[in-house]
Amino acid sequence: MAKLEYAPAPESRSLVDLRSSYGLFIDGAFVDPVGGGAFKTVNPATEEVLAEVGEASAEDVDLAVRAARRAQARTWSRMTGRERGKYLYRIARIIQERSRELAVLETLDNGKPIKESRDVDIPLVAAHFFYYAGWADKLAWAGFGPDPRPLGVAGQVIPWNFPLLMLAWKIAPALAAGNTVVLKPAETTPLTALLFAEICQQADLPPGVVNIVTGAGRTGQSLVEHPGVDKVAFTGSTDVGRLIARAVAGSSKKVTLELGGKAANIVFDDAPVDQAIEGIVRGVFFNQGHVCCAGTRLLVQESVADQVVESLKRRLGTLRLGDPMDKNTDIGAINSAVQLERIRTMTDVGEAEGAQRWSAPCPLPDRGFWFPPTVFSGVSQAHRIAREEIFGPVLSVLTFRTPKEALEKANNSPYGLSAGVWTEKGSLILWMAQRLRAGVVWANTFNHFDPTSPFGGYKESGYGREGGRHGLEAYLDV
Amino acid sequence: MTTTVDSLAGRLDEITSSAAGLARFLHGLPGVDQVGADARAADLATRSIKTTAKATAIDLAISMIDLTTLEGMDTPGKVRALCTKAVRPDPNDLTTPSAAAVCVYGDLVGVAVEALKGSGVKVAAVATAFPSGRSSLPVKLMDVHDAVAAGADEIDMVIDRGAFLSGRYLEVFDEIVAVKAGCGSAHLKVILETGELQTYDNVRRASWLAMLAGADFIKTSTGKISPAATPPVTLIMLQAVRDFRAAIGRQVGVKPAGGIRTAKDAIRNLVMVNETVGDDWLDPDWFRLGASSLLNDLLMQRTKLKTGHYAGPDYVTLD
Amino acid sequence: MSRLAVRKTYKLYVGGKFPRSESGRSYEVVDAKGTFLANAALASRKDARDAVVAARAAFAGWSGATAYNRGQVLYRVAELMEGRRAQFTDEVAAVEGLSRRRAGAAVDAAIDRWVWYAGWTDKIAQVTGSANPVAGPFFNFSVPEPTGVVAVVAPQSSSLLGLVSVVGPVVATGNTAVVLASESRPLPAVTLGEVLATSDVPGGVVNLLTGRVAEVAPWLASHMDVNALDLTGAGELAAELEVAAAENLKRVLRPEPDEPDWSADPGTARLTAFLETKTVWHPAGL
Repeated sequence: MAKLEYAPAPESRSLVDLRSSYGLFIDGAFVDPVGGGAFKTVNPATEEVLAEVGEASAEDVDLAVRAARRAQARTWSRMTGRERGKYLYRIARIIQERSRELAVLETLDNGKPIKESRDVDIPLVAAHFFYYAGWADKLAWAGFGPDPRPLGVAGQVIPWNFPLLMLAWKIAPALAAGNTVVLKPAETTPLTALLFAEICQQADLPPGVVNIVTGAGRTGQSLVEHPGVDKVAFTGSTDVGRLIARAVAGSSKKVTLELGGKAANIVFDDAPVDQAIEGIVRGVFFNQGHVCCAGTRLLVQESVADQVVESLKRRLGTLRLGDPMDKNTDIGAINSAVQLERIRTMTDVGEAEGAQRWSAPCPLPDRGFWFPPTVFSGVSQAHRIAREEIFGPVLSVLTFRTPKEALEKANNSPYGLSAGVWTEKGSLILWMAQRLRAGVVWANTFNHFDPTSPFGGYKESGYGREGGRHGLEAYLDV
Repeated sequence: MTTTVDSLAGRLDEITSSAAGLARFLHGLPGVDQVGADARAADLATRSIKTTAKATAIDLAISMIDLTTLEGMDTPGKVRALCTKAVRPDPNDLTTPSAAAVCVYGDLVGVAVEALKGSGVKVAAVATAFPSGRSSLPVKLMDVHDAVAAGADEIDMVIDRGAFLSGRYLEVFDEIVAVKAGCGSAHLKVILETGELQTYDNVRRASWLAMLAGADFIKTSTGKISPAATPPVTLIMLQAVRDFRAAIGRQVGVKPAGGIRTAKDAIRNLVMVNETVGDDWLDPDWFRLGASSLLNDLLMQRTKLKTGHYAGPDYVTLD
Repeated sequence: MSRLAVRKTYKLYVGGKFPRSESGRSYEVVDAKGTFLANAALASRKDARDAVVAARAAFAGWSGATAYNRGQVLYRVAELMEGRRAQFTDEVAAVEGLSRRRAGAAVDAAIDRWVWYAGWTDKIAQVTGSANPVAGPFFNFSVPEPTGVVAVVAPQSSSLLGLVSVVGPVVATGNTAVVLASESRPLPAVTLGEVLATSDVPGGVVNLLTGRVAEVAPWLASHMDVNALDLTGAGELAAELEVAAAENLKRVLRPEPDEPDWSADPGTARLTAFLETKTVWHPAGL
């Protein structure tokens, strides 16, 4: 037993008032789905059912899109940007007021550590609404002409890895630009979106401006294909992104996609080592690796590879895996059984391909979906585990000899979402940044997000940017 | 890193025998990214240490305190009162551990030695023209000699920051070696005065320099200037002792001093030790807290854990 | 017998506190009809000097805060202004001789104007900054930075909306301000000071002086530790103040010939007036 064992430090579940069932949020009110369909959402750390949630059919989606259209035509587009902005400010403030409740709910539904919901997710959510609130009456200065108009109704489909944050990334700019929205949260993480709907009510947001339709793939498909939607925004897997791109082809719908990645995190021999180790950990083990821009390929300069990997393994020994509601937990649960199966399959592939597998020796709880931080060494570009997105806490370690080789290997991927560069040499950072085919380059840091900072990918990681002034373009008729 | 640490043990003489060699080595150590180091320290500060863990941490922290008085107006009376407090911090609760040491100016060592006889609490003396270090080497060595002769168990010396900041690393090194020799069997803590070194790269270099020169402990600050012991600085020094032991095979202790006022600060330090270097350093022989008012805050927290309600300053002694 | 009101004392707002003038003087403020309203502090050159010291001391912290933090703080100011809507309306109606309805509209516009500026803190850099495609292997970028301490002669006529329209852009961009309120209509400025003091704005970021423009403005205009001068409310004195400002090459914002229509869209000119542009070069190479 260690000299300083951390006692359990549980966050209180009672901060959240969980209902046993939730309806859809359409036209400012919670309503049951027309067909009466419902599904359960589960706490991935314990496998207990949290609540029953309505499943939106094509009819429900139609009602929601019509409500959004009415609200846009009659109310939202007639409001000044100033007034729209004030609604968004209200929402931002209420999110701050209810931040603890939101963090607990996010952790229960998603499985991520409360430390992350509390310190990363929810603060960023509030910040996004705050930032875009301020653009609502300043569109003339956003660089899109003197009077850019909104697109109309946006259909938005978001993933389960950062449920409320992905909602913020979608809804905040859309509303600021004058659109109304119909948003479908992921089927494994609908609850914070539904609490957000309550917050919209508290803010007195006009009915129909925000609509939440819960459901799975079919609901998303109905939404994307609905003729009344002017703009489609999707964050999720590249496979589904392809389907959506095909579905909207030939239509007048504008679309932005934020898809998968297999980012290279490049560590040079003159990197600030201890901070680089933290960056590697943050890059791929933060949020259980459920991050599209995760640094899943560690490209380490061959001369320091052994040392870096050894230091990394030592550091991984201090990561605490377990109850996401414990404030000292670093690694939470895998979001679903399906995802856990995918991770297991891919790690088996990695072993079969001949890479050396090492996992952090943390005990896994009996119930729930868990996977320990895992590192594969001796990986090369030809391995599947170096090319395919695993979306879990699995790092593949490859080596390189020169900056040019690192660059080639980093770019040698159908993806292009993000990349990391670790070196003390400024000119090298900028040389690499200029040549990396990735939408986000992190130098001497990783997985840092800010509402002012545009985010999005090259190549099969999608198109369009979210965040910053650039993030408005997706929701304006320009 | 541009130099591999593994080959270090065999190259020590080459590194420390010339100014150029030492400078090359120190400047070849990996850099520290300030933003990243600050972020890691901040992240460690979010650890929630409750109930049994908190009780353990509080007692451990108390047992690691170098209870300090370093005022121009110190008198034998003041030192005696402090010694009593160090041995028995809480007269109402004799289960409270004693502090690790009392830290005083060299001319009051005799008083402390007498007052602490048989208690197990050590006497640490600051020396070498503390706090500025601006004096000649003979004067500094005499300072050490007097303290050791008076019975000090530990010597807290200051490095010559002027020499360090102007790149005269070998001078700083040689001074530490000379002081270490003058310590005899007393343990040497080397104060880097990190507030004056200002950059984390300098903190890393000064840590290595002190350890190569024979320091038993590296210490952040004199406590006379601000900033003193900040969490990122302590973190970097913990990483340095970890890497040093891995390279050379010798364990060196760490003492943050100054600016550690609350139990929360102390516990955060212990968390940093725990997650950076582990159990081997979670011991008063290898980790100390240089503080004065900290002790009373720890006692109040200790009382709160025992009684369940918040304590007040009337219930801890002022010495 | 009706209840006697506890009248407010109108003091200066300097360094986050409410001192009387060091000169001990005050002057009468009357309403549009000439009826006595209150005695306002009559600021001296020493008060102005102290205000500049306070503004300078606050600059590092305020300009060093994140734009997000500044935006949050400024939005909070708007929340508290909203809470004091009735008091502001009384004061604006009294000093400007407006009906309550029109005074209320001016107050609403002032609050909204303040919200507008709160939303600029984290956007102005994106609108005015740039990465510059120089003809060489360099990364080159330009960023706006606050110039420092800005002395502002507030509009004489629009006692709250005009005031907010000149102070908001100064602090939104990270500058600190020494503001000389409208000479004859200073009361809303003092109440604004009270709002600032209770809203997380660090002391010294905004300093509000009440008094005679002819007495105090020249000392601000010639002060060597003031970086910029907004002469909006300086009227006939503007030219000579601009001459005095030339000594240390202050950035000067000249007044318009007539008092502007404060309800119109302000644009970004007042934001960029107090921003410097810093351009940085760095090679990109192996």
